[in-house]
Amino acid sequence: MRPVLFPTTLAALFDIVEHQPDARLMAGGTDLLVRLRQGPADRRPLICLERMARLNGITTENNTVIIGAATPLSAIIADPLVQRHCPLLARAAATVGGPAIRNMATLGGNICTASPAGDTLPPLYLLDARLDLAAAHATRQVPIAAFITGPGRTDLRSGELLTAIRIPMAERFGLQHFEKVGRRNALAIAVASLAALIRLTPGGRVAEARLAWGSVGPCVVRCSEAEARLTGRRLTSETLRAAGAAARAAVTPIDDIRATTAYRRDLVANLPLRLGAAT
Amino acid sequence: MNDEKQQDAGVPEGPPEKSAVIAFTLNGTAVTVHATPDRRVIDLLREDLGLTGSKEGCGTGECGACTIMVDGRTRLACLMVAAQLEGRTVETVESLADSDTGRRVRDAFVTHGAVQCGYCTPGMAMAALAVVRESPEADRPAIREALSGNLCRCTGYVQIIDAVVHVASEER
Repeated sequence: MRPVLFPTTLAALFDIVEHQPDARLMAGGTDLLVRLRQGPADRRPLICLERMARLNGITTENNTVIIGAATPLSAIIADPLVQRHCPLLARAAATVGGPAIRNMATLGGNICTASPAGDTLPPLYLLDARLDLAAAHATRQVPIAAFITGPGRTDLRSGELLTAIRIPMAERFGLQHFEKVGRRNALAIAVASLAALIRLTPGGRVAEARLAWGSVGPCVVRCSEAEARLTGRRLTSETLRAAGAAARAAVTPIDDIRATTAYRRDLVANLPLRLGAAT
Repeated sequence: MNDEKQQDAGVPEGPPEKSAVIAFTLNGTAVTVHATPDRRVIDLLREDLGLTGSKEGCGTGECGACTIMVDGRTRLACLMVAAQLEGRTVETVESLADSDTGRRVRDAFVTHGAVQCGYCTPGMAMAALAVVRESPEADRPAIREALSGNLCRCTGYVQIIDAVVHVASEER
C-alpha cells in the first residue's frame, strides 16, 4: 500500500518532500502507474500534483506562453493562446495516446518521463522551451535540451519539482508542422516523428528553419545541417530530400518491437517531404 | 459518513491504518468508501462496489475499455488511484440510462448493431456520451477522433461510429 498525498501549495509539497524524501511525484499518472504496477510493490508515497492550482493553467507574460507543468494535454490542445502562439505544440500534444489519456496526461509529465518517443518533446526543443524548476529554497530555469539527458533521464534533482514550461511566442514561423508515424493513428507510440518550424520570405524562400526528429535517438535530434540545407531555398522536393539526407546521417535509431533501424532511417529522410505539401 | 443517505461501501472491516475514507459522487449518489488509497479505480469500482460494467482490457491505458467520466471528462479507471476520486463526480456506464442523452446512446448502439462481444461497449458508450454531450456539433471525423482511444476487435468500428453520428444529429 502506498500513501497518496494531495498538497495544494508548493510549501505543503516541499514539506512532504522534506519529511518523506522517497515519495514519488505523480502528475497525470499515465506513465507512472503503469511502471509502478510492473515493478515490485513498495510503500513509497505518491504525491499527486492534480490539486496544485499553481501548476495548472496557461498564461502569457513578456511574449512568452507559460504552461503550468500539471496542465493536462487536452487543455493545452484546446487553449487559444497555445493555438495562436505555438500551434506546433498543440499539434504534437494531440497525437499523444487517446482522448481520455490526454485528459489525464500532463505536459510536465511528458517532459519528466523523458521518453525518446515523447511526442511533445521535439516541438519543445524547437520552440526553445525553458523549464521552471523549484526546490524548497531555490528555483532555477533550464532549457529543455539541457534538462533531458538521456532516455528516461533528466537533470531533475532530488527534492525538485518542474513547475512551469516557458515558450517564447512563435507566430513568426508561418509553417508549424508535426507528423508522427506510428503503427496506428491513435494510441500509438511514435516510430519516428518530425517537428518543423519554418519562416518563409514573402517570395517563398526559407528565411529560418528549425527541424527536430523524435524517436530516432536517445534524445530529440535537432539537425542544424538539415536546417542549413533549407535556408535560403524554396521547399522543393529536391531541397527537402537534401535536408532529409542530412538528417538520415545525424540520427541513431534503434531496432525495437515497433520498427527496425533501417525503416526509421528511411522515415527520417522522407518525413521532410511533407513540408512541400504543407506550404 | 453517518448520513444515512450515503451508501457505505467498500471494505470497512479492513485494517484502519491501511484504509482511507474516500467520499465522492458515484452515478448521482454520494458514496463513502474505505479502500487503500492507491487501489486502482477499476478495482474499486468492479470488486469493492460491484459495478462490473467498466471493463479492464489492457490495464495500461491502451484500450479504453475502462473509460469512465470524472467531473464530466473521460478518464481511464485503470490509471487512477482511489484517493484521486475524493470530492469528484464519477459516472460509469451503469448510469448511462439515467439521462436522455445516455438513453439515446444506448438505443443507437442497439439499433445500429454497434455491440458484438460487448467488451468494449461500456468504455465506448462513455466516450460516445462525452462527445455528444460536449460537442453535439461533432461531425463524423470529430466523432472518430473522440472514440479513437477505444479499441473494438469485433465491429470494425463502422456501426459504432454510425450510432454516435446518429445520436449527435439527434442532440443538435
